[in-house]
Parts: sequence; structure tokens; C-alpha cells
Amino acid sequence: MKITKHKEGKAMVIAVEGRLDAVSAPAFDKELEELIEAGEKYLVLDFQNLEYISSAGLRSILAVTKRLKGLEGRIALSSLTDIVGEVFEISGFNKIIPIYDSPEEALSEL
Amino acid sequence: MTLRKRPFRNCKALENAFGLHGDGIEEMFMGTVILPASLEHLKEALAFLETKAREAGLDEKRALEMSLALEEVLVNIFTYAYPRERGVVEIRCSSGEPGRLAVEVRDQGVPFNCLSWREPDLETGIEDRPIGGLGIFLFRRLASRVAYRREEDTNILSLLF
Repeated sequence: MKITKHKEGKAMVIAVEGRLDAVSAPAFDKELEELIEAGEKYLVLDFQNLEYISSAGLRSILAVTKRLKGLEGRIALSSLTDIVGEVFEISGFNKIIPIYDSPEEALSEL
Repeated sequence: MTLRKRPFRNCKALENAFGLHGDGIEEMFMGTVILPASLEHLKEALAFLETKAREAGLDEKRALEMSLALEEVLVNIFTYAYPRERGVVEIRCSSGEPGRLAVEVRDQGVPFNCLSWREPDLETGIEDRPIGGLGIFLFRRLASRVAYRREEDTNILSLLF
């Protein structure tokens, strides 16, 4: 897994590449926790190059979504690939976390 | 590539798990790997499975779904099967026809039938949703068929893709 990020207005756009799985989820958690600790409250997760996400990755996203809600912040996802979209659908996470076609669209909705 | 027939006397994974037999398709054993049941070996296990998926002729998307399902299965075993002692997990692959892969996962850990696990409530709002509990649900949805049996001290989970 590789994470790159850049600031876009009030939001931080975080591109996640590779696999968000049981091995990489702790590093992902740490990275997002550090951003939130540093005061970031609006996050866009760009999943264009995310190969797959397992339940460990879903747990991480659910935890950060809850955390941001408590801080009156927001999270949005964008550009899900076939299989990542399928996992969000099967798990029902597509109903609780906003998903957009592009980071630009996600940014305009935050 | 075409599957080469490799006779393996005890390979009746499909028949044992799903009662699939007698339809003219002969099951072919593709390989097995035994690894310590710990997270450091997940990558190695999935690399083995992905090689077998290619050999069995699964398309790229199905292979990725298989990989994801098996990650869930293996992480469960790594986390819960051996609470006290160290243990191993064995992964066996076989194929009955091109584009199909049967995976059998064996551990000698605590008896656990994942098919009797209650499915999470997917309609629950975000505030009430417990963190976790989705792994079993995911692999049951991603595999075409799943069967569990306990033979003496061994949990045997069979998945068909």
C-alpha cells in the first residue's frame, strides 16, 4: 500500500494505492490518525488505484468516519474500482459513506 | 494454459465438501502449502493462491475476489484458531474445469464453523454499527460455494470459485 496526499481547499485528498488489507491497515490507521490529530477534518479518499480492500480496511474506514463525525468533520470516497465498489456494496458501506466518481466531485460535496 | 492431470489419491475436495461428483469432470489436484498460522505469512499464502488461480484459468477479477475471500478466511484463523499454542494452516488447491478453483483450508485450532456465524445487520446506522464482524460475511458472499466440516481435530473449510 502507498499513500500520497495533498491539500485541496479545506480538505485533504488522500490517494491510496495497492491493497488495503490486514497487513497494511495499521499503517493506514496511523496515517489518518496523524492527519486528524493535526486538525484535518475534511478527508477525501481517492481509491482510483486501490486494488482491493478487505474487512480490515473497511474497519479502518468505519473507525475514521465515526471519529470525524464526533469532530463535526466529514469523509468522502472517490473513484472506486470494480472490486472495491463491490466490497462496499456487499458490506452495505456504500449506504453509510458518501462515494463519488471523482475527487473533484467529492470535494464539491464536502 | 491447460491443466495437466496430476493424480493425487486423496483429492476429493469437491466431492467431500459439496457432493459434486459423477458429472464427468475429474478433479485435479494443483498443489498444497503448509504455513505457520500468523499474519506474517499472509502474503506468501495469497501469492500461492494467486498462482493457482491463474493456472486454473480464473479471470483477473475472479482471482482478486478469491484472494480477498481467502485473506478473510486466513486472518480469522491467524487471529482465533490458536489462542494458546502456535499452529499451522494448510491450503490445498484443486480444479475440476478451467475457470474453476476449489480451495480447502485446514487448521487444527479450536472448532469453529463459520457458517453458523450470525450475519451482521447491514441496515444498521453508522452510530450503532459495531466495528468489525464483516470478514466472514464477505468471504461467504465472494465464494460461489462454501462448506465446513470438522474431521477429528481438524477444521476444514472448502471454498469454490
